[in-house]
Amino acid sequence: MATVLERVTKVVVDRLGVDESEVKVEASFREDLGADSLDVVELVMELEDEFDMEISDEDAEKIGTVGDAISYIESKLG
Amino acid sequence: MGKLDGKTAVVTGASRGIGRAIALELAREGANVVVNYSGSEGKALEVVEEIKTIGTNAIAVQGNVGDADAVQNLMSAAIEQFGSIDILVNNAGITRDNLLMRMKEEEWDDVINTNLKGVFLCTKAVTRQMMKQRAGRIINISSIVGTIGNAGQANYVAAKAGVIGLTKTTARELASRNILVNAIAPGFITTEMTDALPEDVKGAMLAQIPLGTLGQPEHIAKAVVFLSSDDSSYMTGQTLHIDGGMYM
Repeated sequence: MATVLERVTKVVVDRLGVDESEVKVEASFREDLGADSLDVVELVMELEDEFDMEISDEDAEKIGTVGDAISYIESKLG
Repeated sequence: MGKLDGKTAVVTGASRGIGRAIALELAREGANVVVNYSGSEGKALEVVEEIKTIGTNAIAVQGNVGDADAVQNLMSAAIEQFGSIDILVNNAGITRDNLLMRMKEEEWDDVINTNLKGVFLCTKAVTRQMMKQRAGRIINISSIVGTIGNAGQANYVAAKAGVIGLTKTTARELASRNILVNAIAPGFITTEMTDALPEDVKGAMLAQIPLGTLGQPEHIAKAVVFLSSDDSSYMTGQTLHIDGGMYM
């Protein structure tokens, strides 16, 4: 079974069309990975599908980096 | 072969009047249709039967477009039944006419809630699906009065003008995802609403129309087909005025 990091990385690579090597934990979606605000909304939607969870708009606003996404998802998966 | 073969359309307020004509015309072009209604279940089921006679599929889904849960349920039902939503027609609308000086807050709120907030809620709810599809058409039914104003309809006019602004903003936000958003502003169209008017009022209306007749619901429905089809693929954020030349 793929780790959360691997699954998040795959979603980010597919959605943003970036190279896997660029998807580092500290990378900001908008600053480092070239996402615009709509890309981030879509990314959150795809993470919801990938991990079969709902991410509220309030929580989604706090997800700015790859690491934020991973720790949020891990905390939800418990 | 229709222009919309295999597409799925959700039409709000589709049991009567212009919404009904839109639902039937989309079906004639090959689309499957989700017929939303608020109160007129019998009429909605008649529209569903008529669509099946035409040869495509349809379901009726009850729901007030001003209610977020009802809207979510409507879109979920559409996706569950047909697997996609390619076209959303925000048509549902009500009137609570009164002079501004006499208009009750409740009359204002009811109309804004259905006619403006309803468009926002339905649009928001389909956007997720259309973004995934990387394609979609949203057609908002505004009104000529949203552009020129109308005594006795402060609430309705404010909502219909709001729909035009919402159309432009949604068009800008979603253009990069190939979701095209346009509005139609009908003039005076023959429906149960206009049939009920006294002859002298009708006469006064006709005097304002350069083409000299009231419009038919089909005039609006044909434009919805155009805005739903590949024929309009380079248009977004626009308002089509279909009013016999009243506003130009």
